[in-house]
Amino acid sequence: MGTLLRIGFINLRRDRVAQALTFVLPIVFFSIFATVFGGQQEAATSSIRLAVVDEDRSEVSARLVEGLRREKALRTRMTEDAAGKGKPLDRAAAERLVRAGDLPVAVVIPRGLGASFTQRGFSGGGPPVQLLSDVSDRIAPQIILGLMQKVAMTAAPDLLLQGDMRRFEQYAGALTPEQKAAVDSWVPMLKAQGQSGSSGGASSGSAGMPVTVDVVDIMRTGNRERSLISFYAAGIGVMFLLFSAVGGAGGALLDEAEAGTLERLLSTNIGMTGVLLGKWVFLALVGCTQLTVMFLWGRLAFGLPLFSHLPGFAIMTIATSAAAAALGLVLATLARTRAQLQGFSTIFILTMSALGGSMFPRFLMSETMQKIGLLTFNAWALDGYLKVFWRQAAVWQLWPQLLVLGTATAVFLGIARLLARRWEAV
Amino acid sequence: MSTTVLSVTAAKKRFGQVVALDGATFELRQGELLALLGPNGAGKTTLIRAIAGRVRLDGGEIRVFDRTLDGRSTPPELGIVPQEVAIYPLLTARENLQAFGSLHGLTGAALAKQVDWALDRTGLADRASESVKQFSGGMRRRLNIACGILHRPRIVLLDEPTVGVDPQSRDRIYDVLAELARSGVSLLLTTHHLEEAEARCSRTVIIDHGNVIASGTLSELVDQTVGRHRLVTLRLDAPFDGSAAVLRSASDDLSIDESDTRLVRARMRDVASGLPPLLERIRLAGRAVDDVEVRGPSLQSVFIHLTGRELRE
Repeated sequence: MGTLLRIGFINLRRDRVAQALTFVLPIVFFSIFATVFGGQQEAATSSIRLAVVDEDRSEVSARLVEGLRREKALRTRMTEDAAGKGKPLDRAAAERLVRAGDLPVAVVIPRGLGASFTQRGFSGGGPPVQLLSDVSDRIAPQIILGLMQKVAMTAAPDLLLQGDMRRFEQYAGALTPEQKAAVDSWVPMLKAQGQSGSSGGASSGSAGMPVTVDVVDIMRTGNRERSLISFYAAGIGVMFLLFSAVGGAGGALLDEAEAGTLERLLSTNIGMTGVLLGKWVFLALVGCTQLTVMFLWGRLAFGLPLFSHLPGFAIMTIATSAAAAALGLVLATLARTRAQLQGFSTIFILTMSALGGSMFPRFLMSETMQKIGLLTFNAWALDGYLKVFWRQAAVWQLWPQLLVLGTATAVFLGIARLLARRWEAV
Repeated sequence: MSTTVLSVTAAKKRFGQVVALDGATFELRQGELLALLGPNGAGKTTLIRAIAGRVRLDGGEIRVFDRTLDGRSTPPELGIVPQEVAIYPLLTARENLQAFGSLHGLTGAALAKQVDWALDRTGLADRASESVKQFSGGMRRRLNIACGILHRPRIVLLDEPTVGVDPQSRDRIYDVLAELARSGVSLLLTTHHLEEAEARCSRTVIIDHGNVIASGTLSELVDQTVGRHRLVTLRLDAPFDGSAAVLRSASDDLSIDESDTRLVRARMRDVASGLPPLLERIRLAGRAVDDVEVRGPSLQSVFIHLTGRELRE
């Protein structure tokens, strides 16, 4: 027993890859997930990006807008320009922003809300405020919904009181001058309280809600659940595409170098550039097939709407597979041994997949993590698939993703070619 | 005199602090089977790889058919049989040959004809459709050679082509090589099987510390090194503790094995006249002879004479 322990310990001590996989990988993953999920609560309540469209342009709507702007949980945008310049947003522009994924939610304050608010107070019943949302983000609309009610109650308590008094008079008769004077003396105080942002006057036990809010799913997908399955198919598919590309490239280069077949290939007419291109095309084709099989299974087993999105799927699959194959070649040419490749690529791919949204959707991460995620291969690939299946984007709208993946492919191939010089004549 | 098809002149190559080639010079003639011998680390594989265009020389030159190689690519006249069994195990023998033939520029009927020829020559025709994974070591070695000669190269470089195979496969491999040599192909092979090199190769080049230290036919090498003496080994009936001088005559080169004093070795130019007096001296010393072995000069003795008995690794 002692001898076996000693052998095991010596082997572990001398195998750096095993050490990294045993001790470093769990710490790396713990750190990534702690960052992604640990920041989630804060992200969900502190930095929701929100577009606000004021169609009413009344004192009430201005107060609501101001109340929303004062909310620390929100970052409101009122204009077409993100920096606060340009025309005020209209409903169509706000819808475009949500549809494009720039913002998860837009609030539209409809014409007539202010009049109704001052007339009817807490009893509500005016035109509903609309929440244009991308329901792939299930959290943000719910938070906005709650915050809207809070803002409605705290931003204009004086107007609410006046509205309620009018309704009271409508059903119970006019107030006496003394009563009216007493109510009026409260109004400036409540107004000051509302403008200072204090929420002390709002009672969570209020019988009714001052504004009615309708949540509108502007993605209007026929079957949202099935479209979301495409996201998971892409997420898992891209992660395993990377694993298979690295495994295939390792087999194509490191194993062949060890077996001597690479040497033999290089003694033929093909040359190293030919070898790399051949391997790249093969790996890309395997990747395309792998993703297609994954999505076909998604179609068969989960009703994923593959056939209605074929052009976008095809172009994203080709671009993603080509880039993954090229990345696989870079990792394989970088590694000296198969064990080194396996250890390093496992850490690299799992890290990229976690940050890039293969394991947890990026749109649910904090904004900082979303930005960091853009450094990963997975994020661009998944954004493309999300555009195709979720945002119903036309093929031309995939250009940012295709540009990044195409550029990455070219850069990866260039790096792999440089690194592969070690197998050429020395 | 046969035409020189390959010449290596003052080849030098250094890998960091390690000098792999230090001025090696030799030539390969048309239709000959030339053995390149040397201890481990002597520079054989570096030399083969330099000729194959896989190692760039620091100095010297390599000429193939009067053309100086650039050291960056493999000349089309060359066929390479690497030390590793460089074939795809999941492909069949025929598929392997088709793949490498195609990469050498063969197509269509010419490719099919050459594949059949290579399979036939290496005795693999009846196993052509089997996955290489199922093959024995000897069959893999033969297929390794088939992949190197498939495109009918005029020069074939073989790096230890018979390592790890049984005598039957070795014979078959050397039969193929001899047939190629008879057809005018020039072959250069490295091996540690000195008896094979002695029996099968027309000439030998011995390399050590990156330089060629001897070359020629076995007879020429013997004359250059150990001479024409025979090695006579006698096993006595009991250990001999006396001085070797008791048994040695004025003309004998005689020694007693230090680890087994029953073994007496003597080098004699003329065994018929030298052996009887030695037997008589042994008898006078009180010992009888159990066994006698007489060995002529061999490549092994030449090799050891030139490279010494010290381990190199």
